[in-house]
Amino acid sequence: MSANRAAESLLALSQHEELVDLPEDYPLSASEDEGDSDGERKHQKLLETISSLGGKNRRKLAERSEASLKVSEFNVSSEGSGEKLVLADLLEPVKTSSSLATVKKQLNRVKSKKTVELPLNKEEVERIHREVAFNKTSQVLSKWDPIVLKNRQAEQLVFPMEKEQPAFAPIEHVLSGWKARTPLEQEIFNLLHKNKQPVTDPLLTPVEKASLRAMSLEEAKMRRAELQRARALQSYYEARARREKKIKSKKYHRVMKKAKAKEALKEFEQLQKINPTAALEELEKIEKARMLERMSLKHQNSGKWAKSKAIMAKYDREARQAMQEQLAKNKELTQKLQVASESEEEEGGTEVEELLVPDAMHEAQMNADGPNPWMLRSCTSDAQEAEIQEDPEQLPEPLAHNVSESEGDERLVAEEEILLKEFEEKRSLRKRSELNQDAESVGSQETKDSISREVLFELRTLSQKLKENHQSRKQKASSVGTVPQVQREVPAPEEEEEALLLQRPERVQTLEELEELEKEGCLQNKELPRPVLEGHRLKKNPNNQTDSPKKKKKEQMIDLQNLLTTKSPSVKSLAVPTTIEELEGEAERDQKQMIKEAFAGDDVIRDFLKEKREAVEASKPQDVDLTLPGWGEWGGVGLRPSAKKRRRFLIKAPEGPPRKDKNLPNVIINEKRNIYAAAHQVRVLPYPFTHHRQFERTIQTPIGSTWNTQRAFQKLTTPKIVTKAGHIIKPIKAENVGYRSSSRSDLSVLQRNPKRLSAHHKKQLKKNSID
Amino acid sequence: MERAPKPGRDVPPKKDKLQAKRKKPRRYWEEETAPTTARASPGPPRNKKRNQELRPQRPKTAHILKKSRISKKPQVPKKLRKRKNPEPQRSLSGAQDPFPGPAPVPVEVVQKFCRIDKSKKLPHSKSKTRNRLEVAEAEEKETSVKAARSELLLAEEPGFLEGEDGEDTAKILQADIVEAVDIASAAKHFDLNLRQFGPYRLNYSRTGRHLAFGGRRGHVAALDWVTKRLMCEINVMETVRDIRFLHSEALLAVAQNRWLHIYDNQGIELHCIRRCDRVTRLEFLPFHFLLATASETGFLTYLDVSVGKIVAALNARAGRLDVMTWNPYNAVIHLGHSNGTVSLWSPAMKEPLAKILCHRGGVRAVAVDSTGTYMATSGLDHQLKIFDLRGTFQPLSARTLPQGAGHLAFSQRGLLVAGMGDVVNIWAGQGQTGPPSLEQPYLTHRLSGPVHGLQFCPFEDVLGVGHSGGITSMLVPGAAEPNFDGLESNPYRSRKQRQEWEVKALLEKVPAELICLDPRALAEVDVISLEQEKKERIERLGYDPEAKTPFQPKPKQKGRSSTASLVKRKRKVMDEDHRDKVRQSLEQQQHKQKKAKPSRARPSALDRFVH
Repeated sequence: MSANRAAESLLALSQHEELVDLPEDYPLSASEDEGDSDGERKHQKLLETISSLGGKNRRKLAERSEASLKVSEFNVSSEGSGEKLVLADLLEPVKTSSSLATVKKQLNRVKSKKTVELPLNKEEVERIHREVAFNKTSQVLSKWDPIVLKNRQAEQLVFPMEKEQPAFAPIEHVLSGWKARTPLEQEIFNLLHKNKQPVTDPLLTPVEKASLRAMSLEEAKMRRAELQRARALQSYYEARARREKKIKSKKYHRVMKKAKAKEALKEFEQLQKINPTAALEELEKIEKARMLERMSLKHQNSGKWAKSKAIMAKYDREARQAMQEQLAKNKELTQKLQVASESEEEEGGTEVEELLVPDAMHEAQMNADGPNPWMLRSCTSDAQEAEIQEDPEQLPEPLAHNVSESEGDERLVAEEEILLKEFEEKRSLRKRSELNQDAESVGSQETKDSISREVLFELRTLSQKLKENHQSRKQKASSVGTVPQVQREVPAPEEEEEALLLQRPERVQTLEELEELEKEGCLQNKELPRPVLEGHRLKKNPNNQTDSPKKKKKEQMIDLQNLLTTKSPSVKSLAVPTTIEELEGEAERDQKQMIKEAFAGDDVIRDFLKEKREAVEASKPQDVDLTLPGWGEWGGVGLRPSAKKRRRFLIKAPEGPPRKDKNLPNVIINEKRNIYAAAHQVRVLPYPFTHHRQFERTIQTPIGSTWNTQRAFQKLTTPKIVTKAGHIIKPIKAENVGYRSSSRSDLSVLQRNPKRLSAHHKKQLKKNSID
Repeated sequence: MERAPKPGRDVPPKKDKLQAKRKKPRRYWEEETAPTTARASPGPPRNKKRNQELRPQRPKTAHILKKSRISKKPQVPKKLRKRKNPEPQRSLSGAQDPFPGPAPVPVEVVQKFCRIDKSKKLPHSKSKTRNRLEVAEAEEKETSVKAARSELLLAEEPGFLEGEDGEDTAKILQADIVEAVDIASAAKHFDLNLRQFGPYRLNYSRTGRHLAFGGRRGHVAALDWVTKRLMCEINVMETVRDIRFLHSEALLAVAQNRWLHIYDNQGIELHCIRRCDRVTRLEFLPFHFLLATASETGFLTYLDVSVGKIVAALNARAGRLDVMTWNPYNAVIHLGHSNGTVSLWSPAMKEPLAKILCHRGGVRAVAVDSTGTYMATSGLDHQLKIFDLRGTFQPLSARTLPQGAGHLAFSQRGLLVAGMGDVVNIWAGQGQTGPPSLEQPYLTHRLSGPVHGLQFCPFEDVLGVGHSGGITSMLVPGAAEPNFDGLESNPYRSRKQRQEWEVKALLEKVPAELICLDPRALAEVDVISLEQEKKERIERLGYDPEAKTPFQPKPKQKGRSSTASLVKRKRKVMDEDHRDKVRQSLEQQQHKQKKAKPSRARPSALDRFVH
């Protein structure tokens, strides 16, 4: 719209200019000065129109600053058209005269007296009153909301509410009226007096007394104000931080970061000058950051960005550079900083380290000229480092051998020996490297690296050794030599256990197939491995892994046949020889049993499966057939409604949930509902709960004394409301809850009759109108 | 009736051998006897370590010192703590609490008492509901912490038998054990030679203090077996098939040839219940006050002994019933049948709750452990199997025994005993909670006649065996729960206490119809009737009061809530809902397809040749 208007005004302007241009050619007014001024005017006009586009003084009409060419009664100049004509202006004569003043006054009076507005009709007035009253009362009542909420959520309410303040009688007051009488008491008092123990008065220190006194109102107010201010400040800062966080400019952030880093560096330098210990702490922080960096993969070209860059790096120099930068950053971050007190720290380390390190330290110190021997020790080159890094992989083998060899001996001593040997080896290696590298230049940083790595490495080997010791101790019983076997030994029992857990079949069948397979029963029986054997086989060929996932899936379906027919290991290793001196009759009976078993087996399974099938069928929901024979077609004996019709009128029952014994071939679980037990169950959800599981959670913990301790039982069964017998329970008062009594006057609004209130207001209104 | 502490039949054991055996079935009322401790101590230190590995001792909460209420670390030595906190808080009097704060409780123990099943996901809940849930969870935590803290009072630890390396504990004879233990414990091993009245059935009372036994030829007796004080001894002049204490030792149910009889502890016949005839086995469900009887006629009858009514008479339709046991966890009765199945029964259902096919031959014996987790069965196929009862009913382990087990029983701590002919084998579990491993028997014992009845004595490391030669009470270290609940089953209760307990137990009687496979089902909402009621309500009202009201766009600022825009907004929300629905249904379809595919293998041309 505004654009439209602007266009219009521009149009008007151009027309106007045309209009103005016309008289320019006119010889009468055509003078050089005027021509100049004319140009100026035009310019001004243009400026004005443009400024009017801004919107504020859009309405201001153009003024004419010169007399128009033709002055006649037909042509009225538009000068002063924006002003309003006031009555007083008309009255005012050219010269002021006193005679008109009275008229003017009268006029003023007339003007000041307005006509009385028509009074609102009754309904409207009442409505307004009601609204006001409602607002006021709701405001007053809203004060009670938190209290009501609190009372509703309270575990227990005790009525009457107002508690009698327990009379706080300090012990000294009690004591003042009491004197030692018996000899024992006197003796005790004597002792107390001797030790200058405060007996009566100063049992409470002034501080305690002060704390006992309640906080005064003013204090509380001040404190609240303080808190408010703090909160406000916090919110400002938070808002600011949020704002800054939202800034997307990378450059801005980069600059900010750099500035911060600079500042931090400056501060740190200052700190170093002023307070070296604090600086050390700072350094430690940096060290920690280094550790974190070492742990993380943040700058190690493993992120998404880095990977994408790595692809690009082949073709793009910038990408390559960026990657390198990142790596450099990583290196920078992971570089160890120089800490003056490092050696001290090392000394304060664990005993083991103390045991092992000193030799090297002494050497270093002898070599050293500077203050820090670690810094000046000869460095190991990168190659050396690599060698050391390789070491841990090589090491475990001989180590394990050692361990296994020493197993027969007393373990502890052996372990220590091995440890010592280990470190001696290491130390010698390090020495050698030192000798090699002595001639080379001193690169402090690199030495640092290597040292730290060595320490780390030592620790690692230590922990490894500990672990291995643990393992070897576990399998003490078996006299196995080497590590690989040890590692194999561990999973074995698991497998065995698994095999025992479920004697799982090799082949898997569904229920339907079962019967068919029964015929092949004997054949299958041969196939069936004994569970332990199975376990063995599993162990032997790990190549089976390709099959295993499939197998596992199917294994859930347990073969019934197998379940019953797998031969379980027989107990023959009874400690007491339990060879039964079988009576002849018993032997006979046994034989009979054997025969019975031989014939019984198949029948048992088949019967069971049949029974199960029947049970499944019976529990299935029944379809409803609504076909009416003879409806819409011929009916009679021997005629059946057509299949199409039957299909159309068959209401299929919804499929119920899967049976619990679906995957358990040897079990029939009754799915029928125990209606007698259901009568005891909850069947209506109480109020705040919308789902039965929510409610179940709240009733799952038993509250009876059988399951709980006495205290817990009492707490769980406390009544929700406790009333004191013989006490009047008065309605809650504002003072009791902590409000000032003034709120009561607010409340009084409530009690007033709204009708009367409106009538009162009406009267007032009437009075006003009369005035 | 004679009773003679029987010495071991074999050569008296050598002294050095005895040194190896260590056993401590010590109770708190027993003084720590010098000989046992002396024997216990000289073991090599290595062995000790192994002991700890095998049986993790209960962490002693008194030594755990940490500020948090539940500490993750099981033990923090005292010294460490002191060093860490050199200045504990000082009270006004100047005395200082060396262990400030509440005593911490180990997490595992607390976890044991937590009962809220957090595996089930909850739908999104409103704040009010969430409040309630939070309160419930906090309550659970608090109560479980309290319960865990009270574990401190369970001062007794179970004893156990342990051989030196390579030594088989099964080779240890009863005589050796008797020699090794203190006198009080040794007195618990005894034999009653009762050859006259044929094989005996026996039953211990719930407190483990009293023993009742009945010989097949009519001999019925009850005695306080610890003091060996005879309460009554009669001959009912009829075949006695089974005998059982009712809720207290004052009442005794005897399954006789024709009917079921009830006697009091004086031997006076109180009732003759003719509706239970030809009873072969008896079981008593103490919390429901139900006496379950299995009869030759194939009926399982529940008799409520508190009101004297028959609650249910169920026809098992499986012929003669003579194998029965009850599950202490859910009070379900397990019946063994001749067709190799074990059926699970509750009085509320006419059909079995479940049927498990266990053996190829008939089932000879069934036993369920005290936690209701494992069931041991033995069948005519000479197999002994252990089943998992937690929903899967699958066998965990199986063994073939030379003669098959005719009787089985579990102890309170999960030891399994099997009576095979005249030999009794006992298997122990590997850990605290696992099933008994059938690899190696823990103990064996041979009796003077074939076994006819077996039961572990509650709260005593004693196994009672009834056989044709009488009754044998053998010592089985580590069989029973060392700590008893004095309010629940107190072996030392007086008559008055017993009477009070009786009243309380009757007040807390569980209705018979609540017996079902999952006893925690009572804490669940009856969803089916809930939905039914909801449906009915909707029908009655003509609309769903809980249904989400359709979206009604709010009127916006002047000029912006024209009818067109309102409709547009409405349509937007509707479309969004629709899209959600479509997305969900698509996902479901995909899910179904995924499920369906693997089961239906591709038919191959060769299938026609397979039959």
